Amino acid sequence: MLEFIIYKSIICTIIFVVSLGIAAYSTWWERKFAGLLQDRWGPSRAGIWGLLQPLADGGKMLFKEEIIPNVSNKFLFVLAPALFIVTAIMAGVLIPWGPSVKIGETFYALQVSDINVGVIFLLGVTSIGVYGIMIGGWASNNKYSLLGAIRASAQMISYELAMGIALIALIITAGGTLSFSEIVAAQDKGVANIVWQPLGFIIFFICALAETNRAPFDLAECETELVGGYHTEYSAFKLGLFLFAEYINMFVSSAVMAGFYFGGYNFPFAHELYQAMGLQEGSWIISLIGFGAYFTKTLIFISVFMWIRWTIPRFRYDQLMNLGWKSLLPLSLLNLLITVVVEYFRGNINL
Amino acid sequence: MLGYTITQWLFGIISFLSIMFALMVVFTRNPINSVLYLVLTFFCIAAHYLLLNAQFLAVVHIAVYAGAIMVLFLFVIMLMNLNQDSEPQKTMASKLIAGIIGGLLLVVLVGALKGTEQIQLSQSGHSEIGLVKNLGRVLFHEYLFPFEIVSILLLSALVGAIMIGKKEIK
Repeated sequence: MLEFIIYKSIICTIIFVVSLGIAAYSTWWERKFAGLLQDRWGPSRAGIWGLLQPLADGGKMLFKEEIIPNVSNKFLFVLAPALFIVTAIMAGVLIPWGPSVKIGETFYALQVSDINVGVIFLLGVTSIGVYGIMIGGWASNNKYSLLGAIRASAQMISYELAMGIALIALIITAGGTLSFSEIVAAQDKGVANIVWQPLGFIIFFICALAETNRAPFDLAECETELVGGYHTEYSAFKLGLFLFAEYINMFVSSAVMAGFYFGGYNFPFAHELYQAMGLQEGSWIISLIGFGAYFTKTLIFISVFMWIRWTIPRFRYDQLMNLGWKSLLPLSLLNLLITVVVEYFRGNINL
Repeated sequence: MLGYTITQWLFGIISFLSIMFALMVVFTRNPINSVLYLVLTFFCIAAHYLLLNAQFLAVVHIAVYAGAIMVLFLFVIMLMNLNQDSEPQKTMASKLIAGIIGGLLLVVLVGALKGTEQIQLSQSGHSEIGLVKNLGRVLFHEYLFPFEIVSILLLSALVGAIMIGKKEIK
């Protein structure tokens, strides 16, 4: 029992710290990447290549004056950013970061919790994430904040539908399991799910962009219409938490996409490589290589998120809703239908 | 601990919390706070499902009720901008009538539940019935026909809601 608690605490701490670290350095990489795309340097003054920029930003956020509007519901106003960042981190517990390590006689999974309804848990956590935005927008007692909050939550609810249906098609391909680690493990034997789910992946990717409120779906914080959107009234580190949670969301959804569609810690010819290196199953070197593969895929996805942000202009609100309801939802249903037919002929579904 | 197992302690704490939050839904003045307490109540009920080893039901409960339906509630209340000042005050007579009706309902419920502790519960099924694998097997083998009926019912409700929501019907 004690051993179990120690092992889970270590995993929790590592994943928590890594999530926060990645989120912090995503802000740096976003600026560097913007600089690259716009033919300029990006941050270059704080440390070498501007690597201390996130620390400087964090310090700035911490030491700024904190203003709580007099008219708002103070408790909810303070609660909202905390809620938002908690729900953002919560989805991270599902991700299996690498093959299990064998220490002594027991295997230790590199995952906080292997919930057997993991996929639905993921959907549940994303839908709860709306509360942070909605409560924050409402408690600010500001029209722009409320409008931003309503936009954000309407958008998240709309895109959750298409996302859910895309995930059903994925579950059928993955052999009918709802557990994240089993979906990743199933891609070890066969090919990555992207081969059978190209349309599903595109739908999931667009929905992930919308769920994380990233450009081109960042209408909730559209500066030209809504000042700052739902976090207009927030200042200092509460604003920091909102912005930070967006990057954590991005990190988690990148990891989810890498795991669901691109094989997670598996990569082509992995077993041949391990055999050539003479490694036994459960060796920590295998786990390390697997973790490296997973992490690289995740970082690539984060960069794609940023690439899209600096490439595609923001949608108009009606375009956003039309895309969600009139294109993605029928497409995801079509994808489900195709998946069922294909899987029937592959012999994975027996009636 | 006092002769109770951890599960019993958890059950006690969660039951207390769910009843307290449910009462707070009724007692708070501000409708937004009411809705948020209702969300907390749903979380407590989901925890009860977890104690019953029904993980699927627990997670679906959170995703559907707390995640979707209550967000819509919150939407409506935020847009209507209800608060203490603009809320219509009830007259004394209507409060009295509501009190009497609520009391009568309580009497009926107490009367109906009075004899339940004498009924011997037979343990039907096994403790892993709530897991998604077993649930799916039961749902799609033994109860396939009711399941299809329910889906048609939901579809008709969906069509009905869209018809009501439309501005003009051609």
